Amino acid sequence: MMAQATTAHVLKGGRVVDPRAGRDGHFDIRIENGLVAAIGKNLPLDEARVVDVPADFVITPGLIDMHVHLREPGQEHKETIATGTWSAVVGGFTGVACMPNTDPVNDSASVTQFILKRAADAGFARVYPIGAVSLGSMGDQMTEMGDLRAAGCVAFTDDGKPVATALLMRRALEYAGMFDVPIIEHCEDPSLKGDGVAHEGAVAALLGLRGIPGVAESIMAERDISLAELTGGRIHVAHMSARQTMRAVRDGKSRGVRVTCEVAPHHFTLTDEALREGAGYNTNLKMNPPLREEADRLAMIEGLRDGSVDIISTDHAPHHADEKALEFDRAPFGIVGLETCVPLCLDRLVHAGVISLSRFVELLSSNPASLLKILGGTISVGAPADLTVLAPDAPVTIRTATLVSKSKNSPFDGWSLRGATAATIVGGRVLYANPAVTDAARFVIT
Amino acid sequence: MPIVMDADRVGRSLMRIAHEILERNRGADKLALIGIRARGVPLAERLAANLKTAGGYDVPTGTLDITLYRDDLMKHQVGPQPILRRTDIPFSIDGRTILLVDDVLYTGRTIRAALDALIDFGRPNAIQLVVLVDRGHRELPIRADYVGRNVPTSRQQSVQVRLLEIDGRDEVEVDEVEGAS
Amino acid sequence: MTVATRLRSRHLLGIADLDPGEIELILDTAVAMKEIGTRTIKKVPALRGRTVVNLFFEASTRTRLSFELAEKRLSADTMGITTAGSSVTKGETLADTARTLEAMSPDLIVIRHAASGSPHLLSTICKAGIVNAGDGTHEHPTQALLDALTMRERKGRLAGLKVAIVGDLLHSRVLRSNVLLLTRMGAEVRACGPATLIPLGLKALGVHVTTSIDEAVKDADVVMMLRVQHERMYGLFLPSLREYFNLFGLTPARLAHAASDVIVMHPGPMNRGVEIDSAVADGPWSVILDQVANGVAVRMAVLYLLAGEELT
Ligand SMILES: [Zn+2]
Repeated sequence: MMAQATTAHVLKGGRVVDPRAGRDGHFDIRIENGLVAAIGKNLPLDEARVVDVPADFVITPGLIDMHVHLREPGQEHKETIATGTWSAVVGGFTGVACMPNTDPVNDSASVTQFILKRAADAGFARVYPIGAVSLGSMGDQMTEMGDLRAAGCVAFTDDGKPVATALLMRRALEYAGMFDVPIIEHCEDPSLKGDGVAHEGAVAALLGLRGIPGVAESIMAERDISLAELTGGRIHVAHMSARQTMRAVRDGKSRGVRVTCEVAPHHFTLTDEALREGAGYNTNLKMNPPLREEADRLAMIEGLRDGSVDIISTDHAPHHADEKALEFDRAPFGIVGLETCVPLCLDRLVHAGVISLSRFVELLSSNPASLLKILGGTISVGAPADLTVLAPDAPVTIRTATLVSKSKNSPFDGWSLRGATAATIVGGRVLYANPAVTDAARFVIT
Repeated sequence: MPIVMDADRVGRSLMRIAHEILERNRGADKLALIGIRARGVPLAERLAANLKTAGGYDVPTGTLDITLYRDDLMKHQVGPQPILRRTDIPFSIDGRTILLVDDVLYTGRTIRAALDALIDFGRPNAIQLVVLVDRGHRELPIRADYVGRNVPTSRQQSVQVRLLEIDGRDEVEVDEVEGAS
Repeated sequence: MTVATRLRSRHLLGIADLDPGEIELILDTAVAMKEIGTRTIKKVPALRGRTVVNLFFEASTRTRLSFELAEKRLSADTMGITTAGSSVTKGETLADTARTLEAMSPDLIVIRHAASGSPHLLSTICKAGIVNAGDGTHEHPTQALLDALTMRERKGRLAGLKVAIVGDLLHSRVLRSNVLLLTRMGAEVRACGPATLIPLGLKALGVHVTTSIDEAVKDADVVMMLRVQHERMYGLFLPSLREYFNLFGLTPARLAHAASDVIVMHPGPMNRGVEIDSAVADGPWSVILDQVANGVAVRMAVLYLLAGEELT
């Protein structure tokens, strides 16, 4: 299904939504040698092969998921760089940033290079490695951020846990600031988190699950925002879940602190009430931060609506079925998210009237690209043709068994939603055309 | 549907049985009545009253729920368990002659269960069986010692005993519809 | 309220799944079962030929013996699997154990486990009916049922009773099951404990929450004391057990403010001098031995009622 990158193609007549370029309307896009050659109304066809884009399809700059656990090296039974980047493409993402909590941890240029090599070999979504803040993410010795940056790391984090001490965070913000690279923080006060497994609230009280209060997240976010203010560094709050954190981030932004934040789809579509459904204790509802209560979910929605939330990322965290088939206490945290993100966002945010399609593109493409200073985020002439084609009205029923990710740990099995990825184009090549979407086959160019 | 015993006949039968009991046991000093739930219970209480009237005896009376001894208890593939009621035998049955009381004698399986249950309470001298109606069709070698009335029936018929204490009136009706007795 | 004629589920995972009619059915059945314990031969053939597995991942002599006695009185074939320590060390997961058990075709599995929700996990794997004998800090439904039976025997009713539950509210599965049962049956529940041991969200369950034992005990018909674990369990929760007793221990002086016919309950085993003064534990208020006897009857009732539902 791959197009010849050397021939010219014109995607004719689709609705192009590209807020950074100020574009929202029906345009033609000419692709040549894998690059965007031209964009405009009624482009000359000039012997190019033409894809007649259905009028209700939307072409956006390639979507970027900046919080993905690809698991390789070290945990290839959960996911590999190849399966994870293919899952990304099927989900509509042309690029992913991968977290360093692999085995070994991505705390040296050699691991970064290994990841990039594997990603290039796979040839699916682009991969942007994120380096560790500290060696082994142990919270003691800072990594060689300059070296990691040169090898291709686009940000630093000790994700899976917070940066261990305020002092280390201060130094990391200062040091990474030299390269104008953000620190991504998994905000969580370890003592308040304790051995908690679910949001601390009425549901955890009823189910007898040890709780993690929302303030475990916001307290750490407040520490980091204060340190970003002190140092002038850039702090990015990962997978925000609590209303108190949203407030802290808003406060920081209003003071001019360089703070940004992201929300994962499960935190604006689900609450801890889901833990009571069916037999209860579904371990595919166990993630960290946990599903919180309705007030928190609504705070996430409000942040998405009013612009306080910068980015949507999935926190794609694959785990093998055997690892999840445990007592709730013992099962690992995390769910897969790459292939469910687009339908959830289109259905629950765009169709629900929370955000516009243009804002959807900002949250899933322009903003992560700007934050990480990477390719894409807009469709510009001369740049690689990384494009996502959406069928915003196509019906989708999520079936975890058919996910292409190596792991199937998703709580969204059986959900019927409106809005799908129709096709994913990376570097001018149509890597994926969704067989379940009518007319998506038009993008398969032979 | 034919009424085979009316209130008057039920009353006279129970008084006749009380006299038979006294005659056969030469009094009622070592007797005790145990009614099988549900309709054996009021019958046992009425017999106790009759024994008092007829001979001046105070015969202790107990209640037996045989649910847990039923041989069909776990046979049904799906469905609720029969509701368990309290067994109440507030005296020792050791050395006594027990008069086991039920409304209808049919296959004998209920009585078999009741005998199993009684044995768990001790070692009576003897057990005698009292029924208001014997409708035949025994599946076990069991017979009654005292019978209010023998009512020949087919297996397709059902026998409904109604008692004042439970149903608001005394009568025994034979029904043509296939069903439980 | 109408008494149910059957249980809707073939498992007893928690009080949360029972409606008031079902609770009445279990209690009424338990009353009948209790009589069996007064006989010379304390055994009925109701569960003859049925296999019940007792799967105890947590040491619990009382509950295990109570279930075993209930099973034997109903003539069930019983099989006990007790894993000292955690199953983690065995390297076999609960799901593995469940599949192994499934091959033995038990009719009922009674499970005690340190992780909340373990019986629920088992119920998704096994065909057998599952009875929760205590899961983590979640529920202990048969304990709440035997407590209710004891209260009903002593007070003649549950509706309108003022029940004070005092102790470690955070880690107590006895509390959760009792709160769910008592509020469902119309009792007025006051939950009392140190602020550090009160779960967020407890109020949402419809109970009055207080840190004052005097407020909780005032005019109470029933005072239920929860077990406080060893001192080392408490880390930052409590400064010392000595102070705990000073603030929350049940003494005759405190009990004097309860209703004149108050009864005192405890799920056992008791820590005298920690949560309860010996004078109270051994005093005329105590119904702790009734609770033990009622435990067997309630478990017989549950096993009997579930056994009829299992072959679906
Ligand atoms: Zn994280």
